[in-house]
Amino acid sequence: MRPFGYLTPPDPAAAIAAVTGRPGATFLAGGTNLVDLMKLGVATPDLLVDVTGLLPGRIEPVPGGGLRIGAGVRNSDLAADPRVRAGFPVLAQAVLAGASAQLRNMATVGGNLLQRTRCLYFQDVTKPCNKRVPGSGCPARAGDHRNLAILGGSPHCVATHPSDMAVALAALDAVVHVEGAAGPRALPLGELYRLPGDRPDRETTLERGDLITAVELPAPGLAARSAYRKVRDRASYAFGVASVAAALDVDGGVIRDARIALGAVAPLPWRARAAERVLAGRPATAEWFGRAADAELAEAAPLPDNAFKVTLVRNVVVRMLCELAGTELAGAAS
Amino acid sequence: MTARVDGPDKVTGRARYAFEHPADGAAYVWAVPSVIARGTIRSVDASRALALPGVLAVITPDNAPRLPGTGDPELALFQTRAVAYRGQFVAAVVAGTLETAREAAGRVVIDYERAPHDVTLTASHPGLYKPDFVNPRYETDTAAGDFDGAFAAAAVRVDATYRTPAEHNHPMEPHATVAAWQAGTLTVYDATQGPSRAAGQIAAVFGLEPGQVRVIAEHVGGGFGAKGMPRANVILAAMAARVTGRPVKFAVTRPQMFAVTGHRAPSIQRVRLGAGPDGRLTAVCHDVIDQTSTLKEFTEQSAVATRHMYAAPHRRTTHRVVRLDVPTPSWMRAPGECPGMFALESAMDELAAAFGIDPVELRLRNEPPVHPETGQPFSSRHLAGCLREGAARFGWAGRDPAPGVRREGRWLTGTGVAASTYPARAMPSQARVTVSPSGRYQVSIAAADIGTGARTALLAVAAESLGVPAAAIDVSIGDSALPPAMIAGGSMGTASWTWAVIKACGALRDQVRARDGAVPPGGLTAHADTAADIGALPAHARYAFGAQFAEVRVDADTGEVRVPRLLGVFAAGRIVSPAQARSQLIGGMTMGLSMALHEESAMDPQFGDYPNHDLAGYHIAAHADVQDIDAVWIDEEEPELGPAGAKGIGEVGIVGTAAAIAGAVYHATGIRVRDLPIRLDKLLT
Repeated sequence: MRPFGYLTPPDPAAAIAAVTGRPGATFLAGGTNLVDLMKLGVATPDLLVDVTGLLPGRIEPVPGGGLRIGAGVRNSDLAADPRVRAGFPVLAQAVLAGASAQLRNMATVGGNLLQRTRCLYFQDVTKPCNKRVPGSGCPARAGDHRNLAILGGSPHCVATHPSDMAVALAALDAVVHVEGAAGPRALPLGELYRLPGDRPDRETTLERGDLITAVELPAPGLAARSAYRKVRDRASYAFGVASVAAALDVDGGVIRDARIALGAVAPLPWRARAAERVLAGRPATAEWFGRAADAELAEAAPLPDNAFKVTLVRNVVVRMLCELAGTELAGAAS
Repeated sequence: MTARVDGPDKVTGRARYAFEHPADGAAYVWAVPSVIARGTIRSVDASRALALPGVLAVITPDNAPRLPGTGDPELALFQTRAVAYRGQFVAAVVAGTLETAREAAGRVVIDYERAPHDVTLTASHPGLYKPDFVNPRYETDTAAGDFDGAFAAAAVRVDATYRTPAEHNHPMEPHATVAAWQAGTLTVYDATQGPSRAAGQIAAVFGLEPGQVRVIAEHVGGGFGAKGMPRANVILAAMAARVTGRPVKFAVTRPQMFAVTGHRAPSIQRVRLGAGPDGRLTAVCHDVIDQTSTLKEFTEQSAVATRHMYAAPHRRTTHRVVRLDVPTPSWMRAPGECPGMFALESAMDELAAAFGIDPVELRLRNEPPVHPETGQPFSSRHLAGCLREGAARFGWAGRDPAPGVRREGRWLTGTGVAASTYPARAMPSQARVTVSPSGRYQVSIAAADIGTGARTALLAVAAESLGVPAAAIDVSIGDSALPPAMIAGGSMGTASWTWAVIKACGALRDQVRARDGAVPPGGLTAHADTAADIGALPAHARYAFGAQFAEVRVDADTGEVRVPRLLGVFAAGRIVSPAQARSQLIGGMTMGLSMALHEESAMDPQFGDYPNHDLAGYHIAAHADVQDIDAVWIDEEEPELGPAGAKGIGEVGIVGTAAAIAGAVYHATGIRVRDLPIRLDKLLT
């Protein structure tokens, strides 16, 4: 094996300093993705800086009714938290839809956000991949891409972000707290990720040494009427083929507000703002839900083997919004 | 009901699998797989690997020992510079630790002369040819009557093409070996389904006498055919042990198992059925297109079951195969019957739909009185009984045949049925039984327990034959030093082994009786060999049969398929060990469900490999996919196949499951999926 160092710094500042100053260093939390990537030779850190004991491991209320979730909170604890289950059901459902119980016991909130794509070419070091080796090429477009992106991809990369949790957080307008060499900062989840463009190796806006310390959820509001639906190729323990996180506020049959995010269809958790814009102020009918989905999917650029995802996402969006609104499905057909 | 005798050892971790056997001073091997699908190795630069401290050897085509026996090209490791498929082992590192061997393997630089590869099976591939026989030795083509004329004249016809993808066996325990040489003899602890066969083949590869190789396989973590014959792992471990003079341990990785340990080849199967207005088949034709590697011919016998399933005067079966630059296919649970019966039984369902005849009734109307091709009588055939019993238990009566009309919430629901079959055979085996003056019995046979419960079954049979409590008997299996026996494969283990064990037990009992029950101080020993008995079997048609019933739900929005209910009813002669038999039948059905909905090794023509080469990418059914599943059997007396009358149940459980589920999916949705697996995108509307 390739030797690497292992460091357990006394505090976050020391951890940040250790990673900032060393290009081959990386943070280790639950390790459920990083260790796999090291075994595959995809990740080759020369120093692991273990932050599992350093990150906040608690979920705490914040003024105004929101929750602050420590980046070290285990996925299983997040999904089981009564405040999360009651106020943000979409989040609890999304976390439970991911991985297995054993993995959720290990995986942390911060690590979940930063997990890497499961694109088969990214994981195989004997093959080209622009994300792993910039400029080497992308075999996925002509090869296996059934599970890859229909939205937000580029000629250089059509990888999908694999997280379920992040899709729910995108719908919830979560804010990510980051500590770095330049001090703490907060950014909306949507600003954490980058689209691949011609640099698919750069997946986030984080700088070397930046450490996610917490994720903050704003007050529940419409999140209390929210849900997550993951479609996958077997009944459990599989990455999504497509997923939808949605929250809806309906008053007297009219949509006041809607939040929709899509998973497993884009390089990042995909906030469906075009769909949301269509819905605001419209009747809560299957017809309008379908129009909203169509507006979002208008810019889809599927490949031959994942074109079905367009129909799939539309069907799931309509079905979920109908269920959240208590609307009959009839009339949704395009 | 007998509890599994090795259960406590397994759950407490005392049971040792191949790789776990301790070996003093063991070295470790890591294999280097080819990254091209076809070409030649120009040169190997091992210098960076050899520079790592702890590396003992880098074995390449340049320095590998010459192997005298290269009859099986898959075992002729490093004997040529030609590359036949991506993932083929082309070099290996031996080191003092596993980690060092692995790191060094990544430092071996191989310069390839690449050649264009062809890895895509098509129905019109110009390289398709008629092999001399199909696995294992069946006739390639058969015909009777005038199929073309009868099909053209049939009142109702089905002409459909079905496709099954490449599938991999994936036992939980990977192929693994511990090998050690001592004074010219080789001892290997190997994950194998057949110690006797493995010892013979390994000896042949190294040019040794059979007695110079001993293969021990005390516990084996599944095989499903993949461990039926020796694989590259055992040859590599033995070669590395010889080169380094140390015992060597080697385990194939899961990704490597997608290339070097066998798999089920993809198939393209055209089935044509013609029937008269009464629903009786007049014409049956099954044409199979299959692939193999350039290294070795293996043609899966997918049309063979069609030869005996249903009566029809005019019939034909054919197999064609093409050699591609792909890994070598091999045995995977019910090779032939499993993919072939997906096609035939799906076509029967289509014929039933075309007629408006109930699919159970259609099958009952076409029961043959004798083997429809050879005219041989069936030793016992109870397909009709399985269909009737299954229909009653499942609640089949009154089923509305209309497709796509039942809905419960977001679910479309449907039911389906298919028949199962598998040959009932036995192969010559030997057994030894001894008794000591203290009344302790020892049963010895080189059988293998690959998780099926073979030890338990043999103990039960021996106790019954000897007329003594099981507690007085020790059963030794899993060692080629024991009397040679058939492999745990082809659903022949129980029939073959119990035959020899019962015969030896009977002979021992006779000896004891002749001495009026007095066992001399040295004990008594009886030995049995069933070769002559099996040679004298009448030329009859012997098969196990079954009927499988499936209920499915299909999500109307997403196409997701769930199987809330799966029932199999089987007729397989005497069931020797009921608890273990039920597990094995349910296991087969689960694997069939997995085949129906999940399993696919998708070839990437760019690279010539299966890119989904791990268990995250290659889906098998998860627990949540298997809901109410049950296997039962009807009483059946098999008069010919040995004293136990056991037909074998290792494979019949997987046969027909996929067709029953595909039929149920059609019943639920109106969509006929003819290419497996039935993934959600094929049902999305």
